[in-house]
Amino acid sequence: MSTRDKLSVIGKSRRRVDGASKVSGQTKFADDIVLPRMLHCKLLRSHLPHANIKNVDTSRAERHPGVKLVLTGNDFPNEYGILPVSQDERPLCKEKVRFVGDPVAAVIALDEFTAEEALQLIDVEYEELATIADPLEGLNTPEARLHEYSEEGNIHKRLSYEFGDVDDAIAKSEHVFEDIFFYEGCTHLPMEQHAAVGHIEADGRITLWSSTQCPHYVHRAISKALEIPTARIRVIATPNGGGFGGKTDPFNHEIVVIKAAMLLGRPVKIALTREEVFYCHRGRHPVLMKYRTGVDKDGKLTGMHLQTMLDGGAYGSYGVASTFYTCVLQPVTYHLPRYAFDACRVFTNKPPCGPKRGHGTVQPRFGQEVQMDKIAEKLKIDPADFRLGVIEQAGAMTANYLKIGSMGLAECINKVVERSDWKNKYGKLPKGKGIGIACSSYLTGAGNSIYWNAMPHSGVQLKLDRSGKVTVFCGATEIGQGSDDVLVGMVAEVLGLDPLMIRCVTGDTDLTPVDLGSYSSRVTLMMGNAAIQAAERARDLIAEAVSKKLGVPLERLVFADMRVFDTEDPELGLDFHKAVVCGEEMHGTLGTTGSYAPPEPPGKYKGSGVGPSPAYSYSAAVVELDIDELTGWVHVERVYIAHDLGKALNPVLSRGQVQGGVYMGLGEALMEEQTFQRLPPRLSNALVHKTPSMLEYKSLTAHDMPEVIIDLIEDPDENGPFGAKEAGQGPLTPIIPAVANAVYDAVGVRIDEVPITAEKILKALDKKARGGEGRVGPDKFPEIEWPEPYEVPPPWEGGDGDAVNKPKRKRAAKMHEMDKFKKAVSS
Amino acid sequence: MSNITALKRNEKSNIHLSCEVNGEAVQVSVAPYKTLLEVLREDMSLTGTKHGCELGECGACAVLLDGEPVLSCLSLAVDAEGRSIETIEGLSDNAELHPLQAAFADLGGSQCGYCTPGVLVTAKSLLDHNPDPSREEIKEALSGNLCRCTGYQQIFEAVEEAIIRIGESGKGSVEVAR
Amino acid sequence: MMRLPRFQYYAPRDIAEAAQILNSEGSDAMVVAGGTDLIPNMKRKQQMPKTLIALRKIDSLRQLTNGSGLNMGAGLSLTELVRNDKIKSDYAGLWQAAAQVATPHLRNMGTLGGNICLDTRCSYYDQNYEWRKAINYCMKKEGEVCWVSTGSKRCLATSSTDTAPALISLGAKVRLTSADEERELLLADLYQDDGIDYLMRRANEIVTEVILPDSNNWRSTYWKLRRRGSFDFPVLSVAAAASMAKDGSIEQARIVLGAVSSQPLVCEKVDEFLQGKKLSDEVIEEASLLCGKVARPVKNTDFNPAWRKRAIIRIATYALQELRGDDMSEQRLKIARHIL
Repeated sequence: MSTRDKLSVIGKSRRRVDGASKVSGQTKFADDIVLPRMLHCKLLRSHLPHANIKNVDTSRAERHPGVKLVLTGNDFPNEYGILPVSQDERPLCKEKVRFVGDPVAAVIALDEFTAEEALQLIDVEYEELATIADPLEGLNTPEARLHEYSEEGNIHKRLSYEFGDVDDAIAKSEHVFEDIFFYEGCTHLPMEQHAAVGHIEADGRITLWSSTQCPHYVHRAISKALEIPTARIRVIATPNGGGFGGKTDPFNHEIVVIKAAMLLGRPVKIALTREEVFYCHRGRHPVLMKYRTGVDKDGKLTGMHLQTMLDGGAYGSYGVASTFYTCVLQPVTYHLPRYAFDACRVFTNKPPCGPKRGHGTVQPRFGQEVQMDKIAEKLKIDPADFRLGVIEQAGAMTANYLKIGSMGLAECINKVVERSDWKNKYGKLPKGKGIGIACSSYLTGAGNSIYWNAMPHSGVQLKLDRSGKVTVFCGATEIGQGSDDVLVGMVAEVLGLDPLMIRCVTGDTDLTPVDLGSYSSRVTLMMGNAAIQAAERARDLIAEAVSKKLGVPLERLVFADMRVFDTEDPELGLDFHKAVVCGEEMHGTLGTTGSYAPPEPPGKYKGSGVGPSPAYSYSAAVVELDIDELTGWVHVERVYIAHDLGKALNPVLSRGQVQGGVYMGLGEALMEEQTFQRLPPRLSNALVHKTPSMLEYKSLTAHDMPEVIIDLIEDPDENGPFGAKEAGQGPLTPIIPAVANAVYDAVGVRIDEVPITAEKILKALDKKARGGEGRVGPDKFPEIEWPEPYEVPPPWEGGDGDAVNKPKRKRAAKMHEMDKFKKAVSS
Repeated sequence: MSNITALKRNEKSNIHLSCEVNGEAVQVSVAPYKTLLEVLREDMSLTGTKHGCELGECGACAVLLDGEPVLSCLSLAVDAEGRSIETIEGLSDNAELHPLQAAFADLGGSQCGYCTPGVLVTAKSLLDHNPDPSREEIKEALSGNLCRCTGYQQIFEAVEEAIIRIGESGKGSVEVAR
Repeated sequence: MMRLPRFQYYAPRDIAEAAQILNSEGSDAMVVAGGTDLIPNMKRKQQMPKTLIALRKIDSLRQLTNGSGLNMGAGLSLTELVRNDKIKSDYAGLWQAAAQVATPHLRNMGTLGGNICLDTRCSYYDQNYEWRKAINYCMKKEGEVCWVSTGSKRCLATSSTDTAPALISLGAKVRLTSADEERELLLADLYQDDGIDYLMRRANEIVTEVILPDSNNWRSTYWKLRRRGSFDFPVLSVAAAASMAKDGSIEQARIVLGAVSSQPLVCEKVDEFLQGKKLSDEVIEEASLLCGKVARPVKNTDFNPAWRKRAIIRIATYALQELRGDDMSEQRLKIARHIL
């Protein structure tokens, strides 16, 4: 039996399955949940950037009318954190606070107003500590140390890898390019502020509704932080009002409301203010990066050495993974015969950085793509042609052992070149007008889970019964990207159904099989493959029964148009509804499952787990803009983007993802920045977020968005469901360097620093006018004591994917042991 | 002060608010310091209206007050006395989606759906006043609604599609004041 | 969700009543019209009036009448100004200013009176209570230091109103009403260069009307610079108005800069320079440079002050070119991010 060759759901633009609910205001976001007897929680947050907590006196707050409970750090037994290697967060701070906004106490009261009033009645005695404002300070200031478990002083983590002798390759190159770039931090700014409701049933079972992208990881974190078995906890991810990576960590407020609900026996809600969302952060790390790249006389890349330094903020979050991601995807776009990287993450007294759309790869892609532009100019090759000459091949294994599947980058480049009339514009536009190109690639799901395990990354369950109704269950989370729609679309296609006949239940750890969550662009591919497997198994069961009933050989049965029929005699068949009845008669209650785990990554060296993906998406973008040379004012006129997503499952949603990526990329290129400020040290120890508001954290409005011309390139990948790869994150990335390159084409200055503002352009123009280098950007990369690198010969130099040496690594102290040790010493 | 007839609301006692919400007369007792946003969501259970900042910086909480889009987070509920309020819940005609809603669902005008209620009521007010706006006029009307998902293009396209559908159905848009 | 502190609320039906309540409630009371400025400030605990006197039920504040010029009730919404044909044709600068305030929603709510009385703004002040606690507050509210310039004796918060510079350039007057007096003064005289006491309004006075003189042969324009095409307050603005003789020479000019001082900055030197001259490219260039010289932007808003000081020259040039009658729609599109 089969699905009809011609696809009937996949590849067609149609109303998303959650569309009607969203446009009618029926979608229940976390803060829309109201339960009987529900109480409200507010958090007291530190107003100091770094301090020891000497004492927390909650007695006045407890006496405040309407207050039901006040919690402090002492009420929580354990640390938690998203990565097993950085379990460094507490639901409420106990011994110290590490940034302005770190929560210290919680008040639960009859209403939010009362809870907020009572916060002012909590007396906290602090002992102020020296602060670390940026990674350079962190490198040079081991004390006061933010975390005892860090590798050394305030250095959280250092990495060093060599895939072949890069120094040798560069030394033998015709040209060597050395460039330093800086990418400022920015945040997700989802429209929905995080909210959560904790609830305990009379039998002691616990439920959390939360605006989380990763209910499975929240489930684990609650269990660990509160020492409750996971079987007693249910986490329901409400549809997220935007995530972009900002809701992928387990958060302190989620654990606090659970604890409060357990103690009070009543539902407890917390809804964060916008300012608090800025303190949750987990957004893009500020990254300083240095590229040394060799190019031979034919314009081929010979090798690249990349060094990055990340400003981690106050906690680990996904930071170790982010640190890898600033380096691992460079070889996926252009062939690099040899490659080396060093990376370092430093703790600072600011909200923790983590994963934002394009996790860790957006910053280095900016540097790499601007350097590519500089190389092309020096070599006097058209930047588009230069890129086409060095792109990696489909099916290739990179120097760092990433296996590429389908690779539509050449088509992407050709498409935007043609669409934008690049050949007639590049270098030929009147002064002040410019055009720039850049490319990118991104994962379609991380090849490894956050915690090591041999289980599926995504599970799907299907229930079918005599009603003809199909219900599909999956732990994946709808964050706006269309995850529910992909899930239903897969099942509808395989079973030949109208998507409206299928109900999906997602993101509920009690009801749905585990899916790791909506991050790393993994959902479409992983959940999609699991859904196909579950649906095909259901199809097999039904087909067997129908075949018997109608006397049609199995291989001639087709599932399409809500029927199961004989492909040679389409009149002979059953309505799907009746076919399910047949199936239920033959097999009893019908239910199937599907699982997906990514292929085993080819790399074997320690650290090879970050970077592998079942498939890589590719994008190329061209930006056209106008610059006023007297002010540096930028006006982006048009963006062309071509994105290779393997297969567009629901093209209207695919285009929406691409367009949204361009939007966010332009925001980061031009104005979005999460920056901090110290006041004059002789007067104040303050270190505060400069713009924790929707008004002052600048995101593009309807007026600021230029026309975007989108082409979806479909180069199907054998690992993708119906060939599909990701579209949610990749298209953001080329926009930023394309803007930088267009600025250069327009006015001949290099802004090697993001965001690219009028101020910086004017400064560069001034420098150029004075006869200097028309450039604004960092001049130095600091001296960092790198560890001995892992030496992994690339595949074409006889490598087997493992390191040939065994570098010594200082083992980071286990935090628990260190804490115990400190306690023992102090008592 | 004896001659003062001004409506006075004491901070301690609730007030009685009569207004029209989505075409229906509503009476509710609310605290005088509550915003319209709080009253809609918390006292009337109309959670379709969202909040993204509560400071007038994002447009998520937009509702129509006497047919004009305003921000419910900055409106005092007491000021709605005797006035007509329209929220996302009132947009559809019984079970039938408003053409704007249908076009948004079909054409990607709504991704995460969180800015959508504010965008939709604002777009409805635009079409009520100006049945055939240009792309520039649509942009201007929606320039007070931040969206982080769509990049706006599919929102504009959905509004334009709705205009076509309204024209084809010959129904015209629903009147502002009922 | 951010919530309002508690307050007592009055909704008087006429101006006399409002003035009387304001008089008797004293300094703990504030009037509120559209609320778009005051309500966020109250939520952030920057302003904590115990009593609010709402003006929106007072019909007389929403009248717009033709006198010798134009009399505009202070309670008119900014949208009502934008929809008025006479304002658009005869007072283009005011129309352009009103049309660029914040967003359409906020213009539907915000009023003329509210916009001219807009609280001065500063990145150290327009923050939530907890944030301000983290910097130990500032001179404008609860603290002692002006963090913009720690040596400053006065608060440097910035006047960010869009309509006031345009109105001043048009020679507007303002009517203030209290329980025992009514007075008119030039709008320019309503302001002083102090971030805290920026209004010369007495505590018991209500701004009730703005009066524009006959537009005659005056032309006007308003250029606003901000990061985005909507929402944002100006980081600088140029309002320019001039009466032109038949030969195109300027009889009288008024140039007012916004967002570069604690009050709308009247550029008398520029006005004097322009008098009697025709707006040649050279004259425009020189006048624009003069604008750049008198502007004193400080580091308390978006964009750094040095850049804003440079940019003002460009924006003043655009304003004067438009005053001359040049088609500036292309430049307007780039600066405003949309066609007005």
